[in-house]
Amino acid sequence: MAVTVKIPTQLRSVTGGEGETTVDGAATVGEVLDGLYDRFDGLRDRIAEDGDLRRFVNVYVGGEDIRFLDGLDTSVEDGDEVTILPAVAGGS
Amino acid sequence: MPVQALACKECGTEYELEARYVCDSCFGPLEVRYDHASLDAESVKRRIQAGPQSLWRYSDFLPFTQTPKYALPAGATPLIRAPRLAEAIGLREVWIKNDAANPTHSFKDRVVSVAVAKAQELGFDTIACPSTGNLANAVAAHAAAAGLESYVFIPADLEEQKILATGVYGTKLVTVRGNYDDVNRLCTELSAEHDWAFVNVNVRPYYAEGSKTLGYEIAEGLGFELPDRVVAPVASGSLFTKIARGFDEWREVGLVDGETPTMNGAQAEGCSPVAQAFDAGWDICKPVKPNTIAKSLAIGNPADGPYALELARRSGGTIDAVSDDEIRAGIRLLAETTGIFTETAGGVTTATLAKLAARGDIDPDERVVAVITGEGLKTLDAVRGTFETHEIDATVESFDSALPTAAAV
Repeated sequence: MAVTVKIPTQLRSVTGGEGETTVDGAATVGEVLDGLYDRFDGLRDRIAEDGDLRRFVNVYVGGEDIRFLDGLDTSVEDGDEVTILPAVAGGS
Repeated sequence: MPVQALACKECGTEYELEARYVCDSCFGPLEVRYDHASLDAESVKRRIQAGPQSLWRYSDFLPFTQTPKYALPAGATPLIRAPRLAEAIGLREVWIKNDAANPTHSFKDRVVSVAVAKAQELGFDTIACPSTGNLANAVAAHAAAAGLESYVFIPADLEEQKILATGVYGTKLVTVRGNYDDVNRLCTELSAEHDWAFVNVNVRPYYAEGSKTLGYEIAEGLGFELPDRVVAPVASGSLFTKIARGFDEWREVGLVDGETPTMNGAQAEGCSPVAQAFDAGWDICKPVKPNTIAKSLAIGNPADGPYALELARRSGGTIDAVSDDEIRAGIRLLAETTGIFTETAGGVTTATLAKLAARGDIDPDERVVAVITGEGLKTLDAVRGTFETHEIDATVESFDSALPTAAAV
């Protein structure tokens, strides 16, 4: 089972420049992120703190903010797209 | 001029003054850092008073080493004493800062001025933004004045007035099927793919600085004094926090005395993530799906929410929310007591001011400033049906029978 993950520019220095990658065998967003942490050294410290996402990190599944779903427990399926983005953009 | 660097608000890591908005180490937001210690209050005051009638008179506090030559000056909007409004809500001293009196009729001309000037300095030839409308107007107009290309992204269901008042400037107007938060996410993704200055994404640290000039103008308008309290709308929370930053910078430099004013944030009930977090005692906001007539405040996932909460608590203020009916009543109250017709966001602010006064939160002796951020002509639907008209034949009899109390004696 493969989930596509879109990596923001701010994190590409720890993903070897990759802007998109896939994670196999993950059933939840949390497991997708764990898969990335295992693969990319230093990624966890950038976006997570005390087992949770840092407060200025947004994660989306199919364009929907996971805080409207089940957070890190949000389930993912084959073909889903997970997007990580900085939360600090915007201002009407 | 004392501008120094960009610095992360969370961890303090510093960066060059470039098009960058997120800290690489912790994902925190970046903001502009200055060294104001070198400023002498008296000479700064003289420079301000001798400066242009626009926000560029505050160049000492903006992120440039040289005051930019700017095509569409904004700011220097009226600060008006509102005795009839004060009386209506049982207060003594209320002032209205009317930021509808800007080139595109909202406070967004301030932030866009700083963002566009910086984008030009950094060599961008295209500017862009996600917007709920007011920013769209401003970006399109300032790009036109500066001769830059622009792309403006808005939710497809926006008020028609705001769409028309954007397209007229010749921008590339993109209507996105989704709400503002969807548009914002899209633009955050696009900003990584295009060499454009998205005013509220990759040059957001500069953009946000423009809002401080509202604070400076309020203080200067009161004779270099601070008000006791400010009521201002909260969407992303950037304007709200930067007004207070403006006051605090002037306190540090010695241009004004006293404490940070009590800061009251105003939201619409149909999109009140910051007010909900304030009530619940949280230090972060849970995003919401907006459903309110106050579309210019309809940000369900507010970037500066945590800082707005911190400021309201630190200054002894609150973040309150008002219903759509209260918003319409707020628009009418401001119009009928001051002659100022504001859009829905100003209705939110006025209704919140009235609510705070009714609740007894405001000492009647306080000097209160309400920040009116936009123009009523942009959200005409909000007042449709809130008053009656009297259609008559063109005869005296018809007039007398339609309005008997007004008949001549």
